This record gives sequence, structure tokens and C-alpha cells, in this order.
Amino acid sequence: MDFFDRFAVPHPSVAIYASMAAIGLTVIAVIAGITYFKKWGYLWREWLTTVDHKRIGIMYLLSALLMLFRGGVDAIMMRAQLAVPENTLLDAQHYNEIFTTHGIVMILFMAMPFIMFFMNFVVPLQIGARDVAFPRLNALSFWLFFMGAMLFNISFVVGGSPDAGWTSYFPLAGNEFSTSVGTNYYMIAIQIAGIGTLMTGINFITTILKMRAPGMTLMKMPMFTWSALIANVIIVFAFPVLAVLLAMGTLDRQFGTQFFTMDNGGMDMLWANLFWVWGHPEVYILILPAFGIYSEIISTFARRNLYGYKSMVGSMVIISLLSFLVWAHHFFTMGQGALTNSIFSITTMAIAVPTGVKIFNWLLTLRKGKIVFTTPMLYSMLFIPLFTLGGVTGVMLAMSAADYQYHNTMFLVAHFHNVIIPGVVYAMLAGLHYYWPKMFGFMLNEKIGKWTAWLLSIGFVLAFMPMYASGLDGQARRMYTYSEAAGFGLLNMISFVGAAIMAIGFVLIVYNIYYSTRYESRDISNDPWDARTLEWSTHTPVPEYNFAILPEVRSNEALWDAKKNGHVLFKGEYEKIHMPNNSGIPFIMSCIFFVWGFSFIFSLWIPVIVTTLGIFGCMALRSFEQDHGRYISVKEIEETETNLRGA
Amino acid sequence: MKIDNSLPLEYGTEENSLKILGFWIFLGAEIMLFATLFATYFTLVNRTGSGPTGAEIFQITPVLFETILLLTSSFTVGLGIHAMRIGRQKAMIAFFSLTLLLGLAFLGVEIFEFYTYVHEGAGIQTSAFTSILLTTLGTHGAHVTLGFFWGLFIILQVKKRGLTPQTTNKAFIFSLYWHFLDVVWIFIFSFIYLKGMM
Amino acid sequence: MQKKKTKWVLYSVVITIFTFLTGCEPLLVLDPKGPQAERQASDILMSIGLMSFIVIVVFSLLIYMLVKYRASKQSADYEPPHIEGNIWVEVIMVGIPVIIVAFLSYVSVQSNYIVEAKPKGYEDTKPLVVYASSSDWKWHFSYPEEGIETVNYLYIPTDRALEFRLYTYGPITSFWIPQLGGQKYAMSDMVTTLHLAADDPGEFMGRNANFSGKGFAENTFNVTAMSQEDFDDWVKEVKETAKPITEKKFEELLEPGHLGQQTYTGTHLEFSPPPTGHNHSEESSESHETENQPDSHTGHEGMSH
Repeated sequence: MDFFDRFAVPHPSVAIYASMAAIGLTVIAVIAGITYFKKWGYLWREWLTTVDHKRIGIMYLLSALLMLFRGGVDAIMMRAQLAVPENTLLDAQHYNEIFTTHGIVMILFMAMPFIMFFMNFVVPLQIGARDVAFPRLNALSFWLFFMGAMLFNISFVVGGSPDAGWTSYFPLAGNEFSTSVGTNYYMIAIQIAGIGTLMTGINFITTILKMRAPGMTLMKMPMFTWSALIANVIIVFAFPVLAVLLAMGTLDRQFGTQFFTMDNGGMDMLWANLFWVWGHPEVYILILPAFGIYSEIISTFARRNLYGYKSMVGSMVIISLLSFLVWAHHFFTMGQGALTNSIFSITTMAIAVPTGVKIFNWLLTLRKGKIVFTTPMLYSMLFIPLFTLGGVTGVMLAMSAADYQYHNTMFLVAHFHNVIIPGVVYAMLAGLHYYWPKMFGFMLNEKIGKWTAWLLSIGFVLAFMPMYASGLDGQARRMYTYSEAAGFGLLNMISFVGAAIMAIGFVLIVYNIYYSTRYESRDISNDPWDARTLEWSTHTPVPEYNFAILPEVRSNEALWDAKKNGHVLFKGEYEKIHMPNNSGIPFIMSCIFFVWGFSFIFSLWIPVIVTTLGIFGCMALRSFEQDHGRYISVKEIEETETNLRGA
Repeated sequence: MKIDNSLPLEYGTEENSLKILGFWIFLGAEIMLFATLFATYFTLVNRTGSGPTGAEIFQITPVLFETILLLTSSFTVGLGIHAMRIGRQKAMIAFFSLTLLLGLAFLGVEIFEFYTYVHEGAGIQTSAFTSILLTTLGTHGAHVTLGFFWGLFIILQVKKRGLTPQTTNKAFIFSLYWHFLDVVWIFIFSFIYLKGMM
Repeated sequence: MQKKKTKWVLYSVVITIFTFLTGCEPLLVLDPKGPQAERQASDILMSIGLMSFIVIVVFSLLIYMLVKYRASKQSADYEPPHIEGNIWVEVIMVGIPVIIVAFLSYVSVQSNYIVEAKPKGYEDTKPLVVYASSSDWKWHFSYPEEGIETVNYLYIPTDRALEFRLYTYGPITSFWIPQLGGQKYAMSDMVTTLHLAADDPGEFMGRNANFSGKGFAENTFNVTAMSQEDFDDWVKEVKETAKPITEKKFEELLEPGHLGQQTYTGTHLEFSPPPTGHNHSEESSESHETENQPDSHTGHEGMSH
């Protein structure tokens, strides 16, 4: 029995047993359902083995929505626990696990795949390409991310969740103070997902640099593509740091090395430094594509070209450079002295300048426009004021001497939610409504959509504004409870009410998807929003080859140019199209990675060795394989095009 | 498949040029990976705890051997690519095989070196310094090992399929990788060994 | 004078809003009781004021644009113009934020040197040195000059510079007394220094602000500030009544858990000295400029990418 003991949850409760049962039942139901409807073949052919960037994008979207609810349940539990003083809903250990997984799930397994969804679905269409540069690598990226996310999530019911915070500072995350396998899950699951992200970065830089439509110079790229390019450059430079860091953490926990230990030269703050050398650029990996989405949406619904295109690009480049020079502002209180703090204080505040340029450019894009309030536009217009609040509190936090008072308090928690929710989450929701018709051929209901946007915003203000005050009143973050005398009760209760309203908002999104799937009209054009860029110039639904003829471009708003100035995008005859073949290797290899990770977490070395050989076997197989892809004949293209035009 | 004959074969198709650019970007990521290891090394180099310092365990002889072996192998892989460009398959295979043999010899000396360290009480668990030293060297060694098998597969493919756009592309990318490992080694040699021995 | 007046009007508005939100008690951080906390509170209020101005500008511009350029307000055939951008607009867009950031940077740098030095107004006093070390989930306060040690409570004299030397026997913690000044980390491999002072007698909340595991929420301590005479009396009383701290007793205290307030004579510094990797020697408490700079081999700045 000793062997099986290690898989038990070290600190079980009714909630954990209930979720075990729920997860088990869901898995059985899904498997039974697929078998009953005889969909295994379809699933394998059309999804598990696909290398089509659009389908991979949709799989990213589904994973992100799933994880949004996992992280959301964590959030609502935390707010419920803190709603009244001395609450006993959760104990300290559970609370610690929940805020840890909330952070990781939301950043790495919700926001990242959501961004990946947009990059996958939109970038090739926006630059007039037929797929990404390395379609099969793209599939591998997705499946590695997916397996990493799943591996991380089973920690809840097998062996215990990580409990040292999403930042996982050592020595707290070391063996001595974090005894369950939870932190091993953190190290390995994020490592696997991170490898996937790194490959995405390489893939999309190559795609954007090499596969743009004829005539599309760099300065004629749509703004979202620009933001994706810059975000991917940051990925390529930041994620290797994370890989090394997690490897060192694993070595410390499982192989007894002395990187972050408390004796023999180990250095605890080394973890914090390297973590934020990755971690700060990471938040720009999320926010820059979000800025790109807002740029597309604001320009579309102001019915005007984006103001200050060049300064938009320039500011993103500057932000990406500065993002690597500010990491120490996450621990001004480490005692590194006034000089170091001053330098990092100034570099941090400097980021406000290019970010301000972007805000003013969006405002000036509205000027002389003809603003239409659709749901995506409503999210964007709520984004500007709310994000500005988050931005200015960021400047306040950058004042290092004052940060001694903000650090580790709810003020900080309020700040980063105030930039991430209006900045990133709203962009995703806006983009979801915006691109939904292109993906599925019908619109999401506008009325429900607008209700959702308002509910989320009211909930957001109620949930997070009180935290600024309670932080200044001495409420440290990550406290699982507080005494009545502390006087945080009312503020935390307001936060809980706000969180509950946000929860209703997120449920409404699901309802909207259900409602629109049933009732919304399928009779929409290829360009339902009267948009300006190339992704709207192809058919809805998008054929697998994206464009029957590759477009020729002469403006950064290629479709608008075609609509208003009569520029002909698609010139010439159909030619046969070369497409990559589907492949099961990425999926199988990622499954092996899953088993590898699981065995590694529990230090089961024999399966680790076997699966390592399996992974290299897959790579060898790929090396020897000869796969030159396939061709879609002119006849097939003609048939598809006629059908799509008819419909 | 369109082949552009004005370019070397390994660049000949669009897919090939994508792969070469992609690999250069990958090398950018690798530079960050080793840069992180070096930064950590410099941070921890004096934190030896109860363990030995670099000066106490570094020995010039095996390190010089390793350096000569790896530098030579970088030269031979270059000759292999030259042979490939002028279409001499046999010479190319010979040079690639020589490269891999030199790589194997490098690994042999490195394993001997590790064995000596552990024997002298400088195992990976001894101190922060030995942890990062062995992790940095080990990461480089793991890259060489991976490169060995990769190179082997490419030789087998060239043997079987001849010099096609695909095989030459793979061989060329492999040579980039191998040169990169050599550059990393030069940094390890200068900043870890020489600086540590001084 | 006029300018200063408007500034204080603005401050009091901000404070009133926050006070209202928390049910009439002033927020701890904005209710400073020592020079360091005062400097930080005034930085915070100043930046809130300046930032409110930016927020108001952005909000007004947004509302103006949304009201004026809505599609419903325009004729059906209105075609929005194509505008690329304008160099002067961009100069303003960059220039004003640069001026604001430059001003804030200036204040920030100045404050950095102030909070890292002996508290203003008490430069001439001989600082009281207290070693504050944390263990899961307690604070140990050693007064080496007085030769006493307390657990989970801190008595300090008013009108005198205080110099806390921080380190930990466990995970990283952060020593924080909001009303006296901001926090600083306590780490296991080095000693950090925090300069504070209390202007008036009173009781303050102190806590560990950095998450350190299961008992983190209750990892707090009480701070009592009193006149130097009362403080001396207290020290004398402790010396007469408390038991000495022994190595064995201290080992027991370090066991993870929560303890009430305790008092001992002697300090644990004699048998369990603070980490050697600390950044300054005993004598150098005057050279504040450099004392927190890590040694070259622990230099975090050296670890840039």
C-alpha cells in the first residue's frame, strides 16, 4: 500500500472528494458520449491529428474557457472565505492551495491559451497565408500546452496541489517547507506547457516574417499581427529563462541540489530574480496582443483607420525592450539599496510613457469617427477607463519608497487585477465576440453580450476597488483570514459581492454561446462587422486553405482599401494548393509527455526512463519520416469556392 | 515542389528557407537559455558553502582535450557542409562521421571529468557552486549528446536518400547547431575554467 | 501658498473618501506615526493627486469622443476621414507623460535615499538596534545592547532612531509596521536593515507581510512605543523578572507553530548568530549609503539577462 499512499491527497476535504467524483463522472460521460455517437474516428481525424491553424486555435479557445472556469471557481472560493472575518469555510492549507492554483491557472492556462487562440486563428488569415510556417510543430505546441494544463489540474485530486503561491518563492517552495508533491506539479507541468509556448514563439515569428501576402511590408501589417510578432519575440527571449528556472527548482526539490536552499551557498532570492526576469515580460506577452485586438476593434467600429500607426508599433517595441529591464520592481523591499531601487523605479515608470501613447492613439482614433456600439466595442470602451486606473496605480507602485507600503498588500492585488482584467480579459471577450462569426458562421447575441460587459464591469469595480483601500489599511495579500478588529470586513464583503456579480457575468457568456448557437441567424456575410483587414476577405466558414488565391496588398487596411478604393485583392487563376498532412505524432508524443511528467512528479524513475525513450523515439520517427504534404486540385478548389459562395 | 536552383540546395525550397530561419530563432532561445545559466553561475560562483572552489577542482588537461576535440569537430562539420555544397556525398558523410566521433570523444572526456569531480567531493548536491557548475556543463553535454544522435540520423538519411533538398537542409541546420555548441563551449572554457583557475 | 493649499484640499478629499470607505477609521498607511511612514504617506497622496489628474483627462477625452462621434449623431452618409497622425500631437502625447514621469522619478529617487537612511529629525540620536528574526510563524526581537529578547511583541522608545536588522530561520518574510514605515524582507542568508522611528507613544500593528505558509495570517506582533524613561523602566523590569534564554529553549521556540508573547533575558545572538552573509558590519551603522549594497558575489544587479 505504501506505493499508493503517495497519490493520496495529503489534506483531503469534502470539496476535494466531491471534485474527484465530479471529474471522474465527467470523464466517463465524455467517453461514453463519444462512443455512443460514434465520434472517435471523427475526433481523431478532424481534431486530435489536425495541423490546421484554425482548428488548433479553436482547441486553444476551448481549453482557455475550461480553465477560466477552473480559475474562476478558485477566485470565488477565495472571496467567499474572506467575505467575513474569521470565516471557516476554508482552512489555511486549502486557501493557500487555491490562491496558488488560481494564479497559475489564470495566467498560464487561461490567458496564455486565449492569446494563443487569437494568434493561431487570426495571424495567418490577417497576413494572407495558408497556414503557419511549421503546422505540425504548431500542433505539438498545442498538445504540450494541453497536457501541461491537464497535468497541473490533476494535482488537485492526486497527490496535492502546489501551495507556495504562483510565484513559488524558495525556500518556502523547497522540500523543507513544502512537503507534498504539489510544487513538483508546478515545476513539471509548467515546464511542459512552457516548451510548447516557446515553440509557438519560434513558429509565429517565422510565419510573420516569411509568409506575408505579396505587397504586405512590415509596416503594412495589421496591428494585431504586429503585436503578435512582438509578443512572440518576447516569448523566445523570456521562456528559456523559465525553463532553466523550473529545471533548477526541480533539481533542488528532487535531486538535492543547492540552488535556492538555506545552506551551502544556496540563494533564495535567486529564484525571485529569475522568476521575474521571465515573469515581467510574461505579462507583456499577454497585454501586447490584447492591445492589438483593441486596435483592430476600435478602428473597425470607429469606422476610421487607426490613429498613429507608427507610434503604435514603436511604443510596443519600446515596451518589449523595457519589459526586460524592470524585474526588480517586484521586490523593491529586498534591501538592495536606494541606488538599485531608484534605477528600477525609473525604468518601471518609463513604461507608462509608451503605454500612454497607445491610450491617446485609441482616443484619437475615435475622433472624427462614426462610432458604432457593438459588444466588442463596448468592451473596448470599458477597457480604456478601467485600464487607465490600473495603469496609474502601476505608476504609484513604481515609486519604490512608497512601494514599501504597497508591497505584498491587497493594493498590489487590486493593481494587477485592474490591469489584467480590463486589459487582457476584456480584450479576449471582445475578440471572442468579434471573431466568433468568422469561426462558426453566426454572431453571438448582442443584447446578452452587452449585458455581460456591463455586469462584468460593475462586478469588477465592486470587487477590486475596495482592495486598494484595504491594502492601505494593512491587509496583506494571501491571508486566509483576519480578525474582526482589523476592520477589513466591510471592504471584503463588497469585494465578495463584486466577485459574485462577475461570476454571473461569466456564466452569461456560456449562456450566450448556448443561446446564439440555437437561435442566431446563420445568414451572415463574410464581413459582418464591415471590418478592414484581410481575415474578413475570405469566406465564412474559412476553407481549409484560407485563400483560394493569395491576396495582393498595398495598405495596412487591405480589405478597406479593396472596399473603398476598389483595389483588387485576388488576382489570377486558381492553382493547386500545397497543404500539410495531418499527423498523430504531436498528440501521441504529448500523451507520452504527460505520463513522463506524472512519473517525474512522483519520482517513479523507471516509467520516466521508458517515456523519455518514447519521446526521443517520436522525434526519431519524425526525422526519418518522409512527408511532403498533399495537393488540393484546382477542381476541388473550384467546387469549394462555388459552394461557399452559394451559401 | 518548386526548387530554386540559384540558391544552395539546403535553401532551395520555400519550406527549407522557413526551417533555416526558424532554427536561427531557436538558437536565439538557446542563447537565452545558456545566458541564464551563465548569469546564475556568476551569481553563485563564490557561494561554495562547505564544498570546494573552482580553483580547487579544475584541471587544465581534460579541459584542454575537450576544447581541442570540440573545436576540431566544428571545423570538420564545416568541411562536411562544404563537401555537401559541391555535391560530394561520400566526403560529406566522412566528415560528418568524423565530427560525431570527435563529439563522442568529447563526451567521454567530460564524463571522466564529472567522475573526478564527484570523486573529489564536488557532486551536484555539494554546494550552490557545484550545483550550477555541473548543471551548466551538464546542459551543454546533454546538447552534444542529442546532437550526436541527430547527426547520426542525418548521416543515415543522406546515405539512403542522397543529397536532396530535405537531407541537405537537415544537414545544414545540424551544422548550425553544432557550431553553436562550440561557441557555447568557448564561453564555458573562458569564463568558467580559465577564470576559475586564475 | 495658494498652491500648497489646493494640494492639501485635494489630499483631504482623498483621505475623506478612503475614510468613508473603511467606516471612519483612517487607513493605517495614511495615518503615519513616524517620519518614514510620513514620507511614504505624502508620496502616496501626492501620486494619487497627480494620477487623479491623468485619470480625469483620459475620462473626459473618452466621454467627449463617445458623445460627439457616435454614429447616431451623424448623418448616414458621413465618411470618417483617413488621418495618419500628426507629429505635434505625438510630441505632446509623449512630452507630457515624460514630464510627469520625470517629476515622479525625482521624488521617488529622493524618497529612496530618505527611507534608507536614519529617520529625519532623529539623525543625532543614537539608534536603538533591534535584531528582528522570524521563524515559522513568530517574530523574535533581540535587543543586544539591553541584553533582552522578546517574542511576538516589540517595545520601542519614541523620539529616537530605530535600526532593525532583519533575517529569518525559515522562508522569506517581510517585517512591516505600517504606521511607522514600509516593510523589508527578512532572508535566511543575509541581514537587511530597516530604519524606523516613532514620534509619539502608542500601540501599532506589526506583521509579516510576505506569504510564508500555513500560519502566515496570524504571523503578527504588537508594537508599543513609549518614552525613553518608560522604555528604560521596562528593560530594568524584564532584567529583574524574566528567565534567561537558553540554546535549548530557543530551539523549542523555533519549532513551527504559534506562540503568545514571551520575554527573556539575554539574546539568542550569542549562540545562534545572524547569517554571516550580511551586508554591513556592526560598526558601520553610520555609513547608510552603502550598507545595503550586496557584496559583489551576491549582487542581484549582476544577473541581468
